[in-house]
Amino acid sequence: MSMANAFDVALVALLLAIAVWVVVARAAFSAIVVFIAYGLLVAIAWVRLFAVDVALTEAAIGSGLTGMLLLGAAARLRGTTASGRCGLTLRIVAAMFCAMISLGLGAVILTPPDVVVTLAPAAMANLPPSGLGNPVAGVLFVYRAFDTLLEKVVLLLALLGVWSLTPDRLWGGVPGPQVDAGPDGMLAFLAQLLPPLGIVVAVYMTWTGADHPGGAFQGGTVLAAMWIVVIIAGLQNAPSIDQRLVRFLVVVGPAIFLGIGLAGFALADGFLSYPAGYAKPLIIVVEVALTLSIGVTLGLVALGTPQRMRRQ
Amino acid sequence: MNAATLFGICGAALAGLGLFGLITNSEPLRKILAFNLLGTGTFLIFGVVARRGAAAGLGGDPVPQALVITGIVVAFSATAMAVVLLLRLFEESGKATLDPNEADGASTAEDDS
Amino acid sequence: MRLALDIFTALAVAGGAFFFLAGTVGLLRFPDTLTRLHALTKADNLGLGLVTLGLLPLVAWPLGALKLISVWLFVQLSGAIATQLIARLVRREDPQA
Repeated sequence: MSMANAFDVALVALLLAIAVWVVVARAAFSAIVVFIAYGLLVAIAWVRLFAVDVALTEAAIGSGLTGMLLLGAAARLRGTTASGRCGLTLRIVAAMFCAMISLGLGAVILTPPDVVVTLAPAAMANLPPSGLGNPVAGVLFVYRAFDTLLEKVVLLLALLGVWSLTPDRLWGGVPGPQVDAGPDGMLAFLAQLLPPLGIVVAVYMTWTGADHPGGAFQGGTVLAAMWIVVIIAGLQNAPSIDQRLVRFLVVVGPAIFLGIGLAGFALADGFLSYPAGYAKPLIIVVEVALTLSIGVTLGLVALGTPQRMRRQ
Repeated sequence: MNAATLFGICGAALAGLGLFGLITNSEPLRKILAFNLLGTGTFLIFGVVARRGAAAGLGGDPVPQALVITGIVVAFSATAMAVVLLLRLFEESGKATLDPNEADGASTAEDDS
Repeated sequence: MRLALDIFTALAVAGGAFFFLAGTVGLLRFPDTLTRLHALTKADNLGLGLVTLGLLPLVAWPLGALKLISVWLFVQLSGAIATQLIARLVRREDPQA
């Protein structure tokens, strides 16, 4: 067994052990912390599968933002009594059912098709006209741009769903609890040092996503994370949800994307097709607008429903 | 067995584990955690399909990889909605469980109009 | 030259792995939170630092090397902040600890 194989086996064993820990842990807090570590290990597994863009997205959104969201929820739900554990027969039946599903999926994995159908050659062959070097970015913004547009709309709908659960008396209020962290505390130090570096990293990840692994979603998530660090350190207040600037930033990404898509009817072959020679600049405009929008939307979704009214 | 098949089997096992946690855990927050486990396991299976489609000098087929990126973002959106619904349930009723027979879990329930 | 660099990489990464092991053993065996934090910082600083040092000959110079070093610095920053926060919380909850 070569070194690479030994590493893969160790990683898979660790992943399964940690997943079992997440399912059977008693306290929600420890389960969520272990889940964050699990997400980072899955990101390493993605690198081993030669999908670096996915690894970046998993580490940022799948592990980081989801873990933060769940930790906040666990903190607010602390003290609720756990309902009784479900009966032994249900657990045995569920275990058999899930084992069957796992075995079925495993059988599908272990019987690969004789002829592998792959779109990689087609993706690489059609990449030069768009000026991109990263085939995943090509898929996201040229071949399947419709999916990316709808994905952004799904994020927007999630934000609307989160905001729609505001109690009536708190409409227009500020999400997140009041933070009393002192301006000379540790979190304040982090919130002064990290965001400038984080913004540079986010811009770099978005810019280099055209030719190397990266992209708008990964960069936007780092922007959202920097914003959340500043808010939870108490250096800035979370914006109230009826501010026009916030709503404009949330909408500008999908709006520009949709506008360029509709302009494709007049200037090129159809919806979301780019006119020849202008593909790269248009994609850059779309990516920049999307990064900004994704940063603000993810930050607002992670902050949750308004908890208090803005002080007048 | 090569790396891709190994990770595929791992993904299948993770999907089964996540489904088990989703069915048997009684707290909604733990169900949301198990749902995320199920999601990452399924995405790993997609990743194996992508890795097997390596051609034209690439390490993997980029189309399933882009689908997985979309899937991760959508899974996060679903998790966020579920968490906010759970917190709202807790604010309204004072308990964080979907069991109608469960006794009141914690402090006062808010009265919202 | 290549052989000397490879030996250097192997030694440095092995040293880093040793410090990671020592930090994990400390995390599991030390009696209370503050001593466990002390063990973890050894893994962060020395362990990751030696691994980064060992990987430097393998990456493109200078940008790749700068990226590796900045990864190490970011991990140190976040580790230091988290350690301080946990330690202050422990100190606040139990002044005799």
